[in-house]
Amino acid sequence: MNFWNFVAQNRGEIADLTLEHLWMVGISTLLALAVGIPLGILISRRPALRKPVIATANIIQTIPSLALFGFLLPAPWIGERATRLAILALMLYALLPLIRNTYAGITGVDRGVILAARGMGLTESQLLFKVQLPLAASVILAGVRVAIVISIGLATIAAAIGAGGLGELIFRGLAMVNNSVILAGAIPAALMALAADTLLGWLEKRFTPQHVD
Amino acid sequence: MPDAVIEFRDVEYQSSGRKVLRGLNLAIRRGEILVLLGRSGSGKTTALKLVNRLLTLSGGEVRVEGRDVTEWDVINLRRHIGYAIQDVGLFPHYTVQRNIGLILSLERWDKQEIHARAQELLRLVGLNPELSSRYPHQLSGGQRQRVGVARALAADPPILLMDEPFGALDPLTRADLQREFLSLQQKLQKTVLFVTHDLHEALRLGSRIALLEHGRLVSLGSPQDFLSSSDPLVMKYIEAFGPVEHVRGNK
Repeated sequence: MNFWNFVAQNRGEIADLTLEHLWMVGISTLLALAVGIPLGILISRRPALRKPVIATANIIQTIPSLALFGFLLPAPWIGERATRLAILALMLYALLPLIRNTYAGITGVDRGVILAARGMGLTESQLLFKVQLPLAASVILAGVRVAIVISIGLATIAAAIGAGGLGELIFRGLAMVNNSVILAGAIPAALMALAADTLLGWLEKRFTPQHVD
Repeated sequence: MPDAVIEFRDVEYQSSGRKVLRGLNLAIRRGEILVLLGRSGSGKTTALKLVNRLLTLSGGEVRVEGRDVTEWDVINLRRHIGYAIQDVGLFPHYTVQRNIGLILSLERWDKQEIHARAQELLRLVGLNPELSSRYPHQLSGGQRQRVGVARALAADPPILLMDEPFGALDPLTRADLQREFLSLQQKLQKTVLFVTHDLHEALRLGSRIALLEHGRLVSLGSPQDFLSSSDPLVMKYIEAFGPVEHVRGNK
C-alpha cells in the first residue's frame, strides 16, 4: 500500500490524531507558560533562587521521556488517564526554555533603562509590566518557540503510553514495518512543527525592539 | 540650614566593606546648581543616588525638603525629583512622547494634557515638537539627551538630580547643551545636584562646586573660590584640566 493511498483511506483518523496531538501540545504549552514565565520573573528578582530553579528544570530535561512517563504513572488523578500524564510530562519539558529565556530577557534589559525607570518613580510592578516584560518579549517568545517545537516532537512518544496523537501512527507503522504508516504520522507532526516555528519566528521578529546600538 | 532643599548629614555609605562616603556634610540651597565634582570612585554618584534612595545609606541622614528620605514614601520621593543620567535610559519601545509622558500617565493625566505637556517640554529643551512620534533609536545622541532632560522635567519636580548627563556627547554638542541648560535653569529655578568629573563643566554650570575625594568633601565654594583655592587637591585638579575659559558669573 503506498503512502498516498493510506492517507486517502485514513484521512479521518489522521485528522483526529492531529487534533489530539495539537491538543496535548497546546494545553501543555499553556500550562508551561503559566508556570515557567512567573518562575523566570521570580528568579530575576530573587537571585538566590536562580540556581535551584534552573538546576531542577535542567534535571527534568535530562530524564528520558519514556522514563518520565513511567515516573509519573503512580501520580493520583494524573496517572488515571494517559493524556493527562502526557500533558504533564510535556509541560515539564517545556519549562526549561521558558524559565531560562524569561530570566535572560528580563536581566538583559539595558541597565540604564532600569536605573532611569526606578529613578523616575516607577513601582516594581510598573517596572516589570511597562518596561522589563515588553523589552524581554522577543527573548521570551524565542523560548516559547523552542518549547513548542520540542513539544510537538516529544508528543509523538506519548503514544507509547496510549495518550494518542500522531505518534500512534508512527508506532503502528513501526510494528507493521510499514513506512507509509510511519510517514502518515511523521509528516503531519513535522509540518506542525514547521508551521509553529514559522509563526512564532514571525511574532518574535515583530516584538524585537529596534535599537541602534 | 533653613533654606536647604537637600541636606547630607554625616552621611556614610559602605558597599561590600569599602567605605564609599565618609561623613559627608553638604546642603544644597533652593534654586542653586550644586556641582559634585570628583574623579571616578570619589563617591559622587553614590551621594546622588542616596537622595532618591536608589541606594540606602549606612549612616547619618539625607534630608529632602526638611524630611529624612527614609520618612518619604519612596515613589513619592522619586516623583518629586527629576533624574537624568549619562546613559539617558530612554525606553526603546516607547515614542519620545510616551517616554516623556510615562510618569504623567501613571499620575492619571489625560491624553490631551500629556500631549500638550510633551510638546511644551520638547520646545523647552530646544527640540522640534514633531520629534514626539519618533523612537529613541531614530534620534541623535544630543537629541536623546535632551529628551532625557525633558522626561526628568515632565512632572515639574522642584529638584533635579543629574549624573553626568552630558558626559557621552561630543564637545560641541556638550557645550550647546550646557549653555541651554543654564538658560533653562534661569527660567525654571530648580534645585539641581549635578555630578561630573569635568572641571570645565563644573565651572560653567555650578553656583557652587563641591569637590569630593575618597568619599570626603575636600572643598566647597563658588567657581571663583574654587579657582583661587590653595587646597593642594583642588590645585591638582585644576592643573590636570589645563586653562579655564568659561566660569559661571564671569563675563
